[in-house]
Amino acid sequence: MREIVVEVIARVVDDLLRLRKHLVEADFEMNSKLKIENLHVQVGETPILKGVHLEISQGEIHALMGPNGSGKSTLAYALMGHPKYVVTQGSIDIDGIDVNELDPCQRARLGMFLAFQYPVTIPGVKVADFLRHAITNVRTPDRKEGEPLMPMKEFRIELRDTMKQLNMDPEFARRYLNDGFSGGEKKRMEILQLAMLKPRFALLDETDSGLDSDAVRVVSEGLAKLSGPDMGVLIITHHERLLEYNIPNYTHVMLAGKIVETGDASLAHDLHANGYAEVRKRHPEEAAQEQKQQEATV
Amino acid sequence: MQTAMPHISITTSEGFEAFLATRNEPDWLAQRRREAFALYQSLCVVELDPEEFRRVDLRLFRPNDYQLVADLPDGDEANQFSTLMEHRGDFGGSIAHTDGHLVRSDVTSELVEQGVIFCSLSEAVLKHEELVKKYLMTKAVLPDADRFSAWHAAFWTGGLFLYVPRHVTIEKPLHSLIGLASSKAADYSHTLIVLEQGASATLLEETASADENLPGLHIGAIELLVGEEAHLRYVQLQNWHHRVFHFAHQCGHVGRDASLQWTVGSLGSKFSHVHQDVMLNGQGADAQVNGIIFATGRQKLSYYTQQYHKAPNTHSDLLYKDVVCDRSRVIWRGMIEVDPVAQKTDSYQRNDSLILSHDARVDAIPGLKIEADGVRCTHGATAGQVDEEQILYCMSRGISRGEAMHLIVNGFFQQIFDRIPVEIVRDTLSQSVQTKLGFDN
Ligand SMILES: Nc1ncnc2c1ncn2[C@@H]1O[C@H](COP(=O)(O)OP(=O)(O)OP(=O)(O)O)[C@@H](O)[C@H]1O
Ligand SMILES: [Mg+2]
Repeated sequence: MREIVVEVIARVVDDLLRLRKHLVEADFEMNSKLKIENLHVQVGETPILKGVHLEISQGEIHALMGPNGSGKSTLAYALMGHPKYVVTQGSIDIDGIDVNELDPCQRARLGMFLAFQYPVTIPGVKVADFLRHAITNVRTPDRKEGEPLMPMKEFRIELRDTMKQLNMDPEFARRYLNDGFSGGEKKRMEILQLAMLKPRFALLDETDSGLDSDAVRVVSEGLAKLSGPDMGVLIITHHERLLEYNIPNYTHVMLAGKIVETGDASLAHDLHANGYAEVRKRHPEEAAQEQKQQEATV
Repeated sequence: MQTAMPHISITTSEGFEAFLATRNEPDWLAQRRREAFALYQSLCVVELDPEEFRRVDLRLFRPNDYQLVADLPDGDEANQFSTLMEHRGDFGGSIAHTDGHLVRSDVTSELVEQGVIFCSLSEAVLKHEELVKKYLMTKAVLPDADRFSAWHAAFWTGGLFLYVPRHVTIEKPLHSLIGLASSKAADYSHTLIVLEQGASATLLEETASADENLPGLHIGAIELLVGEEAHLRYVQLQNWHHRVFHFAHQCGHVGRDASLQWTVGSLGSKFSHVHQDVMLNGQGADAQVNGIIFATGRQKLSYYTQQYHKAPNTHSDLLYKDVVCDRSRVIWRGMIEVDPVAQKTDSYQRNDSLILSHDARVDAIPGLKIEADGVRCTHGATAGQVDEEQILYCMSRGISRGEAMHLIVNGFFQQIFDRIPVEIVRDTLSQSVQTKLGFDN
């Protein structure tokens, strides 16, 4: 009798623990936060980022602006784990997980996504095959190579529907990844991948550059549809259109490898209208560094 | 596992005589074999063509290690091959050989009624003597090319004969399996295909070993005689296991307004050297040659290809794609020759290699000899490594480094798959690459 009681109690405790774990996990998912603290990144011997602080929660839209060469793409690559961009100080963290310890593949499976400024071409690999591998891995993060892929039929339906939503010709699925694609088509392909992979944190590096105005609209609307309470978005851009459709909660300005100002959507608007001269005036130290760096590269 | 079997030496006169005694063949053939064996003996002491063999190191090859297998292995052993194609398609006929012996052969009655001959070459010698006498090693692969062709002419055993009469079209592909099942067996299979005017056919041939630890030797020959206005698709998937030496002379003749599509998948063997010639003999002849070479471990795979334009307005297009891993090595030497009469030749020759390891190596040497005017010849070779940015891109989408590598390798071969309209061929090639990569999904 006693044994039975003990066993029942043990089981109840077990169940409660499991339930708690579920709740914690659910909680966890709802409020994921990407925390970047004092991030220093160098390429080769050259320090590029010099102490970046940034926090992005799921559901928020952040705009990152800044003059050419200020380090925006560097931040995006470093977050994605590009081996050439070496973190020398500081941390990247998602809900207590040290992201900097992970390779790009693990980061993707954790829910990070980068829409590349310059997407690469992979001849002979069909968009559909590529995406089927990607989606299976991202949805079953423990998957090892050789384990089953997402069922073909299910995948095809999802791909077709997503392409339709984004106004994309279904023919693209049969083409080789970015092979012979125009600049704008490549950017759309990035958005398609974003739409299929539904990351928790999406970084868009000038996804609106090189697009004609119709395409900017499609991409902007597409992103607006995709992002929502489950997605934290960092938009790197030099243009206003994308931000009109996706109004940022925060706008950050990068100068010489640091985020020097943070404001709301009106800051983005102001920068578009007036350029970076005022920002440089307000931050003479960084402006001087920028100057020095430019002279060094000439 | 191995029962005692009489073995026959392939290098000595005694062995040759013992071999002849096992053959029940017409005198002309015995006579040809004798001449070929004498030729083999004399060519063995002559240096091999330095142009063709310069980079091919034969020192590890010991002919005396191998023998002809006089009897079939017992029971099931003769049939234990993991074939890639056999169970895939609906074939018009199928032939299988093991250690040079016929194990089964069938062809639809429909084809037989149309006058198609599809049988083992040994059977053809007896039943279609005049045809075999006319075509066997008289036009395409000649015994005196070098010691390997002479050796083959002396000892050829298994193999098949496909003969398609005038204006007969064979819709369904035919299949042939050449297997090695005994340790240290030497196989001399011969493929002889003759298409008469306006005929058309597709033959898929694969070579395989029953057991991955069996040492073996294959001295093969392939002759493809495509008559005027005829169309042949021929595929050979070389999938020997990694202890097999493989030497072959392969030659296609393409007649006036005829076409040959020749696809080679070279995946197996420890060491191979293949001499592949395409002769464009008649006006308007067209040949497409597709090659996939995929070397891993310590494999050494060597190809010597020639596109020989001998008539005006002929067209040839050769594309080889090689992938080398580990410590493997691929040697490819290509040549386009254009005779003075072959005006308006249009010829293309290309080899692309993907090098996946520091210790792997590719030597790709294209070449041209042009004696006619108004010709258009393009040739080239490229070699490269997998771009790290491509891998990174894949990884940023959750695809592991290994899986990314495999996607990229498969993608590299895709250009060849895209040139192949026959689905079963495309699928088989792609499957064989996947299998070799270690993945079946
Ligand atoms: N792979 C690299 N090798 C060498 N230098 C690099 C590399 N990546 C970035 N840099 C340098 O780091 C600095 C910041 O570059 P980054 O691409 O991050 O700027 P950006 O803010 O994205 O500019 P843009 O608006 O032009 O895209 C530049 O001076 C750039 O030359
Ligand atoms: Mg940039």
